[in-house]
Formats: sequence, C-alpha cells, structure tokens
Amino acid sequence: MIKSIAIVGSGPAGFYAAEALLNADTDVRVDMYERLPVPFGLVRYGVAPDHQKLKRVTAVFEGIAAHPNFQFFGNVTVGQDVLITELETAYDAIIIASGAISDRKLGIAGENVSGSVSATEFVSWYNGHPEFRDHNFDLSHPCAVVIGNGNVALDVSRILAKSPEELASSDISKHALEALSTSKITDIVVVGRRGPLQASFSIRELRELSTLTGAEPVFDPSELDTTDISPEELKDAERMLGILKGFAHPDSSRQAPKRIHFRFLLSPQSIQGTEAVDSITFARCKLEGEAFNRRPVTTEGRETIPAGLVLRSVGYRGSEIPGVPFDDAAGIIPSKEGRVVDLEGQLKSKLYTAGWIRRGPSGIIGTNRACANETVEAVLADLGTSSIACDPALREQLLVKLKTIKPTNVDFSGWQRIDDLERKAGEACGKPREKITSVSEMLLAAGAT
Amino acid sequence: MPHIVTDNCSSCRFTDCVSVCPVNCFHGDAGRLYIDPDLCIDCGACIPKCPVGAIVEDIDILGSPLIDLNAEKAASLPVIMTKQSPLPGADKRREELMAEGLV
Repeated sequence: MIKSIAIVGSGPAGFYAAEALLNADTDVRVDMYERLPVPFGLVRYGVAPDHQKLKRVTAVFEGIAAHPNFQFFGNVTVGQDVLITELETAYDAIIIASGAISDRKLGIAGENVSGSVSATEFVSWYNGHPEFRDHNFDLSHPCAVVIGNGNVALDVSRILAKSPEELASSDISKHALEALSTSKITDIVVVGRRGPLQASFSIRELRELSTLTGAEPVFDPSELDTTDISPEELKDAERMLGILKGFAHPDSSRQAPKRIHFRFLLSPQSIQGTEAVDSITFARCKLEGEAFNRRPVTTEGRETIPAGLVLRSVGYRGSEIPGVPFDDAAGIIPSKEGRVVDLEGQLKSKLYTAGWIRRGPSGIIGTNRACANETVEAVLADLGTSSIACDPALREQLLVKLKTIKPTNVDFSGWQRIDDLERKAGEACGKPREKITSVSEMLLAAGAT
Repeated sequence: MPHIVTDNCSSCRFTDCVSVCPVNCFHGDAGRLYIDPDLCIDCGACIPKCPVGAIVEDIDILGSPLIDLNAEKAASLPVIMTKQSPLPGADKRREELMAEGLV
C-alpha cells in the first residue's frame, strides 16, 4: 500500500527529503506544508539577491515538485492551521524541516536600542520577506558594524557596500533598493571575537569583495598574530589568509567611496545610545586553548567604535512547533539519525527531522541534501519494518478539512503563477524578478483568494 | 566560473562530493568524476568533502585543459548521485598525493 509522508517546510532540506523519498523503491506520496504562500525557504529569503547563480538550485526543486506524487500546501502553518496530532493521524511519517530563521542575541547592555538589529532581520528585509518588509533601518550614519565572522556577515556587508547600480540587476526588493540608494554608510566594520584563522568565511565570498566597484576591503595585518599558531592551523587557513593579506594594502589611488574593514579579537561589551545606537564598545581578546579549538578571552583593553547601525550575525535558532519536542538551549529539535526524540531521549514515533532545525545552522544548501538523505534512510527503514500503513482515507479527510479551514492554501501551480508575475515584473526593470512582498498580494497572484 | 574536478580524482574516486551537490552536476566513468559546468551553481559544498582536494574553481586553473575536459566528459557520462565505494588503492593514492604536497 502507498505510504503517505508529510514534510513541514519547503527549503532545501524539505525538498531534498522529498527527492530522496520519491526516488526510493517504496511507493510513497509526499505532501509538503509551508507557512508562507511561496516555497524555497532560505533560497528565496536567505541567499543574497546578488547571488543569482546559487538561486538556480530552485530548478532542481521545481523538478522534484513536478513528480506526480508530490503536492505543495503553501500558506498553511503546521501547529496552528493543522496540528501535529492531525498529521500523525493522517500520515505514515512526518519530516520536520522548518529551518532556523530566528537569531541569537549578544546578551549585552544596549542591545535592544533602535539600530541594533539581527543580520537575519536585515537579510529578510532586503530579500522581501512579508514579515520584514516594513522594517526600517537607519542608514544615515557613516559607519555600520557587523558582528560575526560567517558568510551572512559577508552578505550583509557586501549589500551595504554595493552601489545602487551594482544592486539594480539583482532581485533585491524595491523597498530595500530605494532605502539603500539613500544610504550614507561609507565604512562597514566586520568584527570577530576570534582571529582571522578562526573565521568561517568562505573563500569565494571573501574573494568576491575585491571585485566591488565602489568599495574596498581593508585588513590591518598587525591583527594577525601567528606566533603561537600551529603549522597545521596556518596551512588550513592558508587561502583565507592570503586573501585577507591582499586586503592589507588598499589601492590609495582608487579612493573607493566605501570600505569594508575586517577587525578581529574584539568581543562586544555594550552598545551606547539613548534613542538610537551611537557607538559600540568591544573588549580586546586574546586566544587560549589548543590548536583548532581556540577560545577568545577578554583582556582589559577596550575599543569603542562610533556607529549608527549594529548588525549581529552570531548564530540562528529554530522555532518550536507545538507538539514537537524542542531543545530550547540549542534551538533545534532533538533527534538521533533524523528520528525525533523527546528531551529524555525517547523516540517519538512517526516524527523525523532534517536540515537546520535538526542540526543547527551550519553548512550550505548542499549540506542539507546529505542531511535529508540520512533522515529519509531512517524513515524508509522504519516504514519497511512496519507492516501497517495509514489508511489513505485519513489523509483524504485531512485534505478535505484543510480546504474548509484554510481555503487560501496555495498549491504548486499557484506558486508558479506568483513566480511568473514576479519574473515579468522584474523584466520590466532589468531584474531577474521583483518579489511580491505581501501575503495578500501573493494569494491574489496565486488565485487562491 | 564553475568548479572543476582535477586529476587528483583519478585512481581515488572517493565520491564524497556527490552527496552534498545540490544540483547533481557530477558525472563519472569507472576512473573518476567530472563536473557539468552548465549545471554547477558554484556553491562550493563539494570542495571540503574531497579527501584528496580534487575540486577547484576554474579561476584557480585558468587555461588548463581540465576545464574543457570536465565539460566534454560530463556531457557524455552518466550522473553520479549517491556516494560509491572508492577505488581499490584510493587510500594509498591519497597518501602519495599528500606526500607530494598535492592535497
């Protein structure tokens, strides 16, 4: 008998789980539930708008969605519109791949003052996420500080550094392009608590910074202390160091109007400002611990950087879904080999998880393919040992109920109508697409109202 | 500017790369793998997965015949989607490559 699987979330992990299920020898049907009317999760709302080549991965997802046994239910929030208990009744297995879009806080004084925001909020804003499009960012101060040493920190710095002309051919949302066109920011300071050898930047994204037309990356080599570093660590970080050192001697004849400064060994202590951020104070750090496991330890040295915008990019966490165990400290769903367990380690029958909500926010798009494949192996192994399948009538009943309680749910053809309109709107202004940024307009475009 | 599989893959064929490729752009014969440059989206997920450092960006080897070789071979060989066993002697070959400083 055909087995029915529900997938919660339509980002890379969700789609790769669907792919692995539909490619398996077992006869399965996959229903994908998504909170927004539109699919693709962080490929649409996380990947930078000027990284269009990466976004081409959606062609793979579209291929998966074209499978006759795949159905998409957009604009349906699991845990609210449909309960986990209802999914457990209707499906043989449920894979939670809801991702991690909430941010981690710095936990320092002044963090909540206006102008101190998470990088994920800024990213969601420029990428046109409906829940963030009305946010405002003060871009009137010449200096912005970006805290964190990962690729998101590089993304937001690059978007702040690019000229409106450079951004115009991306699919950055109109409201963000307009706001950034009036930006007075000239200096972006990217700060890490540890040293350059410990940074998590990708080589490719770091190298990209030297190709910007109106901005130059700047690195002060005196912040690179290699005296106590092992040769293995140096070899491991060789390429990144090479690129950073290339930033050490900016071309003074160019006089780029903007600069991206790389600063290291600085731990944020407090953000100053009454109505809005006016500066941020860091403690100087030194590194302690073994090779490949160096920790920053604060010293008495302090440095204050005047800034009007502080973007923190120090990690992400998932959100809890009612009815699914959640490890609040780690911000993930606890699991073993993709099988969800409760906080005591007991297996939760039928529940599985994949992607960032399973293992935390590490790795890139393809990492989630390996992750989802492992989860699906667990699902298929468990389905294989179980002789009973859910009565397909139970799934039918749920889908009938869904039509009544959420008549505005969007199927994949509804998304394709949105996609088509967005591409056409983009064409008119020389962009790959102009995203629709409100849920009501999405529903209208999908024909779901 | 796609990614390219170099000769380090020959005699090894670890295939760890294919499990993280988001677009299934790896093709292969019995001896080694190649990347389809039209499909590769330059995400770089494969680079750290290769035990012999056999994947590079084409801008790092500009002018190399490997760029055309990847395109030609990928066009005619089947897609490799799941990890397979490395070739016999792959670990020994890896040690040799490391000793030569090629990894």
